[in-house]
Order: sequence, then C-alpha cells, then structure tokens
Amino acid sequence: MGVEGIGARVVRKEDKRFITGKGRYVDDIKLLGMTHAHFIRSPHAHAKVKGIDSSAALSMPGVVAVLTGQEIVDDKVGNLICGWAITSKDGSPMKMGAWPAMAPETVRFVGQAVAVVIAETKNQARDAAEAVVVNYEELTAVADVHAAIKAGAPQLHPEAPGNQVYDWVIGDEGAADAAFAKAANVVKLDVTNNRLAPNAMEPRAAIADYDAAEEHYTLYTTSQNPHVARLVLSAFYNIAPEHKLRVIAPDVGGGFGSKIFIYPEEMVALWASKKVGRPVKWTGDRTEAFLTDAHGRDHVTHAELAFDANNKITGLKVKTYANFGAYMSLFSSSVPTYLYATLLSGQYNIPAIHAEVIGVYTNTTPVDAYRGAGRPEASYLIERLMETAARQLKVDPAALRRQNFITQFPHQTPVIMAYDTGDFNASLDAAMKAIDYDGFAARKAKAKTEGKLRGIGLSCYIEACGIAPSKAVGSLGAGVGLWESAEVRVNPVGTIEVLTGSHSHGQGHETTFCQLVAERLGIPISQVSIVHGDTDKVQFGMGTYGSRSAAVGLTAILKAMEKMESKAKKIAAHALEASEGDIVIENGEFKVAGTDKAIALPMVALAAYTAHNLPDGMEPGLKESAFYDPTNFTFPAGSYICELEVDPGTGKTSFVNFVAADDFGRLINPMIVEGQVHGGLAQGIGQALLEHAIYDSNGQPITASFMDYSMPRADDLPSFNLSHTTTLCPGNPLGIKGCGEAGAIGASAAVINAITDAIGKNNLEMPATPDRVWRTIHAA
Amino acid sequence: MYQTIYHRASSVDEAVSLFAKGSEAKFLAGGQTLLPVMKQRLASPSDVIDLGKIKELQGVELSGDVLTIKAGTTYFDIMQNADVKKAIPAIAYLTSVLGDPAVRYRGTIGGSIANNDPAADYPAALLALGATVKTNKRSISADDFFKGLFTTALEDGEIITAVSFPVPAKAGYEKMRHPASRFALTGVFVAQTKSGEVRVAATGASQSGVMRVGAIEAALKANWSPSAIDSVNISASNLLADIHGTAEYRANLIKVMAQRAVTAAG
Repeated sequence: MGVEGIGARVVRKEDKRFITGKGRYVDDIKLLGMTHAHFIRSPHAHAKVKGIDSSAALSMPGVVAVLTGQEIVDDKVGNLICGWAITSKDGSPMKMGAWPAMAPETVRFVGQAVAVVIAETKNQARDAAEAVVVNYEELTAVADVHAAIKAGAPQLHPEAPGNQVYDWVIGDEGAADAAFAKAANVVKLDVTNNRLAPNAMEPRAAIADYDAAEEHYTLYTTSQNPHVARLVLSAFYNIAPEHKLRVIAPDVGGGFGSKIFIYPEEMVALWASKKVGRPVKWTGDRTEAFLTDAHGRDHVTHAELAFDANNKITGLKVKTYANFGAYMSLFSSSVPTYLYATLLSGQYNIPAIHAEVIGVYTNTTPVDAYRGAGRPEASYLIERLMETAARQLKVDPAALRRQNFITQFPHQTPVIMAYDTGDFNASLDAAMKAIDYDGFAARKAKAKTEGKLRGIGLSCYIEACGIAPSKAVGSLGAGVGLWESAEVRVNPVGTIEVLTGSHSHGQGHETTFCQLVAERLGIPISQVSIVHGDTDKVQFGMGTYGSRSAAVGLTAILKAMEKMESKAKKIAAHALEASEGDIVIENGEFKVAGTDKAIALPMVALAAYTAHNLPDGMEPGLKESAFYDPTNFTFPAGSYICELEVDPGTGKTSFVNFVAADDFGRLINPMIVEGQVHGGLAQGIGQALLEHAIYDSNGQPITASFMDYSMPRADDLPSFNLSHTTTLCPGNPLGIKGCGEAGAIGASAAVINAITDAIGKNNLEMPATPDRVWRTIHAA
Repeated sequence: MYQTIYHRASSVDEAVSLFAKGSEAKFLAGGQTLLPVMKQRLASPSDVIDLGKIKELQGVELSGDVLTIKAGTTYFDIMQNADVKKAIPAIAYLTSVLGDPAVRYRGTIGGSIANNDPAADYPAALLALGATVKTNKRSISADDFFKGLFTTALEDGEIITAVSFPVPAKAGYEKMRHPASRFALTGVFVAQTKSGEVRVAATGASQSGVMRVGAIEAALKANWSPSAIDSVNISASNLLADIHGTAEYRANLIKVMAQRAVTAAG
C-alpha cells in the first residue's frame, strides 16, 4: 500500500469544495432565460379531479403557462414504469395501475401533482399556483395495509382488485411445513417495519433545457444514476431518443435510494421546457420531499421459526404485507421480494424456508428502495426472531446464534442466495470482546441499583450487495442489467481521467477510485480525476445504490486499468528495448525488472500520443474501457451489539455502548468506510428509536415536517465503536464486499433487542419512542 | 414567503409607531416561529418590525431580590449571563436546553412568551416563579399573562419590554424533549419562594397551554421532596395527545419531571 493507495486513510478530495460551499448542485445552476416551475399538488389522499380553472393564474405577473395532467397525457408522455416484473404464486403478472406524471382524473396520495405553473420567478409561480382552482370530488381513502385488503375497502386501481399488486412466494412450503410438524419448539413473532422518509439533505431538483434547433434536451437532475434516467426517459416516457437527451447529475447531496427513481417532476420539466420554449427549473422544498420522495420499508410481518430439541433451526415461515403506497415506483416491486426474502436465512443454517409477500396499494406516498432496501427488513426480522428464541428457549442469545451459524462456504440457502464466504464467528467474537459481553451481567446489576434498566442486544446481519449479476437479476424479472462501465484516459502528459458509470452523492468516489489508480501506478491521486454524472461524458453506467460502486464500479475501473497498463507496458518495452514481460510498474515508472532502466509514465503517455515510435501495428493513444458484470452478489456481514439503559420513569433510552464488527472484505479507504458505517448506523438507530412516516386513517400525512418527523441528530447517537474482520470476497479481483448499507441493515435489531432485554418485555415496535417504551414497561 | 416590508426599529416608540402605520404588521423578536411560518406562507404580515436592534430591550439586571431580563435578550445571552446563573440558575439551565444553538442565538425571551407556544419552556418559568411581564403600557402578572394556546393578555401593538423574576429560595426545571421539535414534550418548573410559597407550572402537557399544577404544589408545600409527589394523582383528561406522547404519558411526565425538578432545585 502506498501513502495514497488501497487501504490508506486518504482525506477526501471532494471535501474542499463541499466544506467551502463550492459544491455545484442542481439548484446552483442558472440558465439564460430560465423559468421556474411550481407544482399544484393534491391536498386529498384520494379524489377525482373534476376540473382545473387556471384563468386567474394565467393573468398574474410573470406567469408563462399553467399545464395540467390532461395535457401531458394528450401529448403522449408515457406513464411511470416499474422496472422489475414480479409474478404471483398463481402465475399471474403483478397488477399495476397507471401512474401519469400529473394526474388527469384521479389523485391517489396527498402531494400528487395535478398541474404545474411555469413563471419567470419561483415566487411568481407559487403566487399563481394559489390562484389555480382545482375542483376535487373526494373519495374514501385507505392508508393502512390491513384495511386496504379488507373486503369493501376503497379501491385504488381497477387493474388491481382488492388493492393487491401481487401475492408472491419463495422457498419450499412443503419442506417448511414438514419442519414445523416435527419441531420441538416454535418461536412466533409479529413485527412491523416502520415506514421511513429518506430525507436526503439536498431536496430533489431538475432543470430541463430544450433546444428547438437541435431537437435536443439537457436535463440537470438530482440522480444516483443519470444513465438509467436517460434510458427510462427515452425508452418509456417518449421524451426524446437517447442521442437527443443529455442527463447531468452534478453534485448531489445524498440519495439513500430516493434519487434512483425517475420522478414525475423531471418528466414534467422536460415536457414543459419544449412547451414553453425555455429552460424550466424545479427545486423541491422539504415539504415536497416528505410528500413525494419515495418512502422506505413499511412491512407488516408474521414469522415463525422452528427448532429441534437441540436448538438447531429447522425451518422458517414468513408472511409479509408490503405497503407500496399509491403507485408502483421504479424498483419497488423487487424490494420486498428479491431484496428481502432472499436474505431471510440470515447468518444461519436454515434447511427449509417459505415466505409469502403480499404487495398492497394504499393512498400514501409510493414506497421504494431506501438504504438497505429489503435487507434491513429481513435482517430485523430474523434477528428479532433469534433474540425472541433465545429468551423463549432460555439460552444465551450469542450461543444460540453460534450454534446455528453457517460455517462452511460456499453455502446455498433455500432462498436463492449462495453465500460465497464469511466468518460469522469472527465478527461476533470481535463485537463481544469490544463490548465486554461477559461483564454485562455485573453492569446490569449495578445499573439496577441506580434505578436504570440496562439491556444488551445483538444483531448478526448479512446482506447481498454488489448488485448484481445481470443474468441472475434478469432471470428474476429485472428490466435492466446491473454491470458497470469504466474508461481510463491517460492524457499525453501522463495525468489520468477515469470515467465511471457509478455516481457519487456522498460516497467519496473522487477519492477512493483515485486510490486504485495510485495503488497500481504509484502516482499521487492529485494526478487523477474521476469523471461521472454526465451522459455526454461517460458512455453508460448503472449508477450507485445497493453498495455496488466499489465491488462493481471499481472492478470495472480495474479491468480498464489492466487493459491500459498492458498497452503502456508494450510501449515502454519498445522504448526500453526490453521484453514486455519484464516490465513492472513502480512509483509512476515503467521499469525493466531487476535493472535501473525505466521510463516514466508521462513519457510513455507522450509516446502513445506522438506516435513517432510505437511498436509496429499499434494504434496511437492510451485510453481503454471496460464493462464488468459481477458473477455473484457480495455478502457483507457483521455483528452489532448495543448496550443501553432505559429510564423507567420516562421510557427514554440512553446508549451506553454500540459496537460494530463488520466484514466488508478489502477496504479501499478505512476512513471513508467508517463514515459510511456511521451514517448507516445513524439511519438504523433512527429507524429503531425516532423515525416514522405516519398517515391518519384518511391518508393525511402527519409527519410532513421536521417538527413532527424525528430525524436523528448527533446527540441522539452514541460514539460508535467500530472494527473489522476480513474475509476477502472471492467474486471480484479486489476482494471487496461493499459497506454503504450495512449500518442501516444491522443496527435497528440490535437496538430493539437491547431495549426489550432491558425492560423484560418482547413486544415492542419501532420506533421505540419513550412514550411507547414507557407504555410497554407499564402494560399489564 | 409573501412580500412584506421589513423595518428595523431603533426604539420602542418607533416600533409602536411603525406598527400603527402597517395594515397587518407583526413584531419580529427573534423570528424563530414567525419566520418559518412566513416561509410556509401561513402568515402574510404587511410589515415586519424588527425589535432586535432596540438597545433598551437588551440586557439583564439583578437588583436586590429581583432579576429583570429585558425582552430582546437572546437565549444565548441569558444562559451565559452571570447574574442569571447566580440569582436563578434554573433559568440558565432552562435556556441551555431550549431549542438548539441556532435557535438560542436568535430567539428572545420576549418573543417566546409573546408567542406562548403550548410547548415553550419560558412560560413555565414565568408562571412558577410568579414573574411580572413589563410592557410599554403596563405590568402584567404571569398568572394573568398566559391565556391559553398562543394567546396572551397582550393588546394589539403592545410590546413586552422586560420580565421581572422575584429571586426564589429554590427553583428547578426538567423537561422531556419532544424528539422531533425539541420543544417540551412536557416540562415542569418548580419554585419555592422566599416566603415559602410553592408554585409549579407544566408546559407541553395541557390542551390549554402552560398551567399550574395545584396537586403537586400542595404536596410540595407539605414536604419539599421528590417522594412527596409519589402519591399525587395527575389526571390525563385535558392533556395533549399526539404521535409522540399519549395523554397518559404526559400525565406521568408531569409527575416525573416535577420530581426531577425538585431534585435539581435541591
């Protein structure tokens, strides 16, 4: 490892601009002649749009246009799509209602747009929007998943009778039933996985610029995957063919999944830009973010775990109702199915698993992938079950886990996933040592003398990341491949530009990706630039989500580097009159191994571009590209242990310690990895203690501002105690597993297991607010 | 935000005269409520008259047994003030747990009590300490000042100039923070005056805003100790209930916070 190579704690290159206010986000961009859009959104959760009167608004100062849902339908802009086809257990395809970018006839959640005002200034657009009169006929709404599937419930879409999108199953039901029939003990649990609002720091925004002469659109947008946005806008939404649409995702202030999806606002901005003949900008405010950014989680689950007389797990049965909200968002269908149920085996050897997932429409904001996407729900379920089992079977929860850990790899689970490697005992050992597990009983007794209820909770999570082998996901219904692309351009003076289809919106790619180049060539990262987020610069890419950028995106860069190095070695060997096989790369030089003969990288690059003296038949230039398609998912795993105290008088939880022992395979930049874990843990703890997107029974959101929705703050969180155990991922040459989602996947179960341990009662839902904990303590 | 006209008054008299000229004028006393509400277009004052630069509204005075905090003094300045810490440390503590640092640099005691948010901290302190609200027209006892949710005895255009607190024998404040807003989910201020009177006020709990808690006052009058409150029964009826706390939980918090406030008061 060099000072800036793989494994070095290099300070982030991008932070200079971020911490000095020089980041360039969509809202910072101003185009000549730019207009501003303000959306008119439904205040009702379910209503017919009977008429829109924009006459008063049109005569107000600065108003350019008022455009409605009917007009966008008339112009044949496509309905929003869901890109992953799921088949129900009866063989029928999932049942989806149409989702137009603005509602022409029916609104199905509070915040759904029905019209847009385009004006010279943002304030003028907002003023005029208040003068647009929308005549609604209110319909009965339903927000709760159980209420939605009852007979007589309000129906959202004629295409989906009973509000049911699908009834999907995985695993072997017969084998699971047989296991339960023979079980010595059965552990049952009902859990709710609470709905969350993603709340990226930067709200979504879009600027669309239509060039009539070229019939060309440029879209600046807050996207985690600009190429996918272009593909979908082009192939499905009829905006423009791909070569007439450039999508730029500049600096993006956080995504957590919510910026994967192509939203109505981008579609409307593009369409409206052509309509009004001027650039159109929309920047969402925080209220719009709460109302329209795809939410996460929202599962209601019953699960049962069967054990034999020796406390070995023999079977698992799961039935989950997944609330999709009012429409099927881009990847929503895959989240409670292939991203959830395929991880239900956890870290354990479970011979038989059967899971059924029922997807349900409700009059709420659409739900889609949010940090972890399905895997937090799976991990929370299995880890609550294991803790419940340990209490019911009266065994130590760590010992019960160890007894059932998978220890032989590769391991084929009964739910598709084949774990490639791992050492679950090693991470549990590390976590238990870090928290002094053996000393807990004494600490608990001492806390009791101080009037505090102390608890400890474990969570041994596993996730499937590095998403994903294209062939595998294609066979499961995905509409896209999940490879990544890269291009390495060595400039004539030896500096390097790396173009990647990954997209950084906080992950630090501009540093970590350079570290790979520094490692291989022995040059400082200051000589390397990472180019991303622009479909005119990078040929294609699948973007950043699912902890995939290092495992997949960086591997693509490695493949391109290898091609480039191979050519550069040929040039160097030719210049040094040596054999290509004798050339080694060290400290920015191409050397003849074992000699002092060397040629520096800039001279090799210059030779490639002057082309005065290249080997016979070699093309000039030094630029290579590669596509990399992973062979398997990666399987980051780890053990989290939370120790906390509950104040019995108030139900308030205070952290004593939180240890995380993760196995992410090889780490590129441990400092950035720690930052990713810290952020993930904050979100997992936020889900466990604070966050909940709530609707009343009429579908009105109750938590649409930070006055009501509890975002975790620094003082809500403990100082994290992190460590790593390492098994290298055999699936990619760098041995990387990915670290972006682990904290959010593993943390919540550790917290709830600790609280339920502290209070001695197992039935506790998230978020475990002080009120809820206090009521649980004092419940009969 | 709708368009408005911003005025920076240099004296109370000027502020009063500017207020009279505006069709729907509002005073700005820190703006920690007014500005967010304006940004959401839920308020549209014709004129905003900023009291923040009026010198006569700034500062703290300790004179004998009376601590006077001028209305425009920011939370930050109150919590740092040596006289406040010396005379009524419970006020310094209350202020240190009010909002967050950004709020404390901007918000003022006058702005807080004029707004009378049912979950604000200061109204509990004023009520429990038997403070007097001074305005440009008169003096109003805290008992008469707070009139329910977001309602006070202030007349249109009347400006709070200061709050005077009799220095108590003992005082303490404890609150359970609202997890999202950081207002008081329930906060209780307990005070024992130098003449032995006990006053207890709870904020964040009642549907009618800040309130005295007579049952706890009686218990503490008989025995100034946390355990004296053990047997007090607080009814959940007429208490606030929302997603962050049921009425029963708030009833419990009134007792628990009162006990802890007594402990803090010593």
